[in-house]
Amino acid sequence: MFASLSDRLSATFKSLRGKGRLSEADIETTVSQIRRALLDADVAVPAVRAFTSAVRERASSAEVSQALNPAQQIVKIVNEQLIEILGGESREVRFAKHPPTVIMLAGLQGAGKTTLAGKLGKWLKEEGHTPLLVASDLQRPNAVTQLQVVGGQAGVPVWAPEPGNGVGNPIEVARTGVAHAREKYYDVVVVDTAGRLGVDAELMQQAADIRDAVNPDEILFVVDAMIGQDAVTTAQAFADGVGFTGVVLSKLDGDARGGAALSIRTVTGKPVLFASTGEKLTDFERFHPDRMASRILDMGDVLTLIEQA
Amino acid sequence: ARSGALGSTLLRLLSRGDISEADWEEIEETLLLADIGAGPTDELMTALRTRVKVLGTTDPEQVRDILREELLTLVDPDMDRRLAASPVVGDDGEPHPATILMVGVNGTGKTTTVGKLARLLVAEDRDVLLGAADTFRAAAADQLATWGERVGVPVVRSDRDGADPAAVAFDAVKAGREAGVDVVLVDTAGRLQNKAGLMDELGKIKRVVARQAPVSEVLLVLDATTGQNGMRQAQVFAEVVDVTGIVLTKLDGTAKGGIVVAVQRELGVPVKFVGLGEGPDDLAPFDPKGFVDALVS
Ligand SMILES: Nc1nc2c(ncn2[C@@H]2O[C@H](COP(=O)(O)OP(=O)(O)OP(=O)(O)O)[C@@H](O)[C@H]2O)c(=O)[nH]1
Ligand SMILES: Nc1nc2c(ncn2[C@@H]2O[C@H](COP(=O)(O)OP(=O)(O)OP(=O)(O)O)[C@@H](O)[C@H]2O)c(=O)[nH]1
Ligand SMILES: [Mg+2]
Ligand SMILES: [Mg+2]
Repeated sequence: MFASLSDRLSATFKSLRGKGRLSEADIETTVSQIRRALLDADVAVPAVRAFTSAVRERASSAEVSQALNPAQQIVKIVNEQLIEILGGESREVRFAKHPPTVIMLAGLQGAGKTTLAGKLGKWLKEEGHTPLLVASDLQRPNAVTQLQVVGGQAGVPVWAPEPGNGVGNPIEVARTGVAHAREKYYDVVVVDTAGRLGVDAELMQQAADIRDAVNPDEILFVVDAMIGQDAVTTAQAFADGVGFTGVVLSKLDGDARGGAALSIRTVTGKPVLFASTGEKLTDFERFHPDRMASRILDMGDVLTLIEQA
Repeated sequence: ARSGALGSTLLRLLSRGDISEADWEEIEETLLLADIGAGPTDELMTALRTRVKVLGTTDPEQVRDILREELLTLVDPDMDRRLAASPVVGDDGEPHPATILMVGVNGTGKTTTVGKLARLLVAEDRDVLLGAADTFRAAAADQLATWGERVGVPVVRSDRDGADPAAVAFDAVKAGREAGVDVVLVDTAGRLQNKAGLMDELGKIKRVVARQAPVSEVLLVLDATTGQNGMRQAQVFAEVVDVTGIVLTKLDGTAKGGIVVAVQRELGVPVKFVGLGEGPDDLAPFDPKGFVDALVS
């Protein structure tokens, strides 16, 4: 058993070295190893299929046969293809022409929404904004307290008129939160919402009602990088249920390959804006498609691999 | 699309004589989509093809039945899935509460599961105490305290954030002993398995607790939406704290939780409970047959 795709590909490439062009069998071997790596990285089955057929096509086309040796070319194709799907350039947060900008967070239970609210608050403040966090998760035990604590850590005020733990109306809280921001000149509002499942029609409706009450400029779908094949079903359910404008991949400080990024991008076409990389409020960065590509494939430094091939 | 009774009979007749490559592919896809994993799926497919050849079956439905059988064997209905929740006698010959440690990566449902388990044990007339050894996550102890109120059991917590979690766990078990409770459930902070420092801290929590009373169970809480990384989680947590059981949470969603099949096999440790929602009663014993049926449905 080889540890990673780079090991596996390197081994294959050894046998390819010296060949002028790739035979169909060479391509099949390589493609099947790439398929396996993608599946091990939790890339969605349909996305894997689309991906391998694109690689197969490009690898057998005229494109292969010039400067680089065939092995190098396949690695290059794979990498380019991944980066392309992952979104090429990463988009910036869209701010409203007339403040306040409203950013709503949505996602499954435990994905990292509340932590992200704190991170966004801190980041926005450092960027010179005056953010307000809104506690619209009134369901999960002590979600309000949790937001108050992260708000305190970030030095950002929290709108929390209801105690939560089942008491209060989250739609009302979101609405009054934005009104309060408008009145007090906060220029960005981050609305934290309860975790919900894609199949929970009632809660999905609630999310849609929150959305309609505050008209968000961005709806960020927060998703755990460890998620498996359910990424597609869930992303689709959120896309249909509330709609989202961007994705945040959380817990990227773990050792999950994070194939979900590829799946969600393929299925919904929405860009990944941020990576959440730890429990501290500073563990937050812009998303880098190129880094993600080599992480998903477990290829380490792709350029080095190309040189070695 | 459904083709109706007549249509599907026709289809079956047409496919008689051989199971088409498309049928095989569909079966393989079912397994992959359930997060069984590429490796185990290959193994299952090979076993399945062999058995189908030997049996000479040509009916795709029957093939699925065989697959169900194979999966059920893997999941192993004969494993002992009972919770070790009875007081134990320690090395000192004294009775001690059963101590149960809840561990896992961030956000899987540890705290919620502690609350649900407490509810279950209380319903069985046991005296339970909770220990809030997550002193790190914002409002984690408050969250556990709310669960304690909900299910009517006392909670031992530190009066300050960032206290030594091992000390809180120690205090909880000590308090449980002194109060003569049957079970102490210790909630711990979520930690990613690749963080050596945090894993060391968890090892220490267990060692310190074991000084008070033998640890009866270490339950690893796995989120059903987790993909192949679940295996790494299981391996590392098992290494550090010797996991005795698995709780598979969030099975009320669309995720199948297939990773536990490989995890059970690798660790030789059973899934004991499944989480089916956010409420206090949304915890059920693991049912191998129901689980397998859902995997291949
Ligand atoms: N290691 C790591 N942990 C994270 C990250 N983001 C969040 N967490 C942790 O994941 C757990 C869940 O995070 P929350 O922010 O409470 O998630 P949530 O989506 O608000 O959860 P619910 O409100 O219950 O749906 C907590 O233990 C966080 O500290 C991250 O990027 N890395
Ligand atoms: N739908 C569903 N949600 C669950 C289940 N178990 C827990 N949750 C939810 O998942 C989220 C995280 O649960 P917690 O119990 O806080 O998870 P944790 O492992 O203690 O999280 P950290 O301590 O931050 O690592 C909360 O919103 C819970 O309500 C379950 O079985 N089904
Ligand atoms: Mg939250
Ligand atoms: Mg917890």
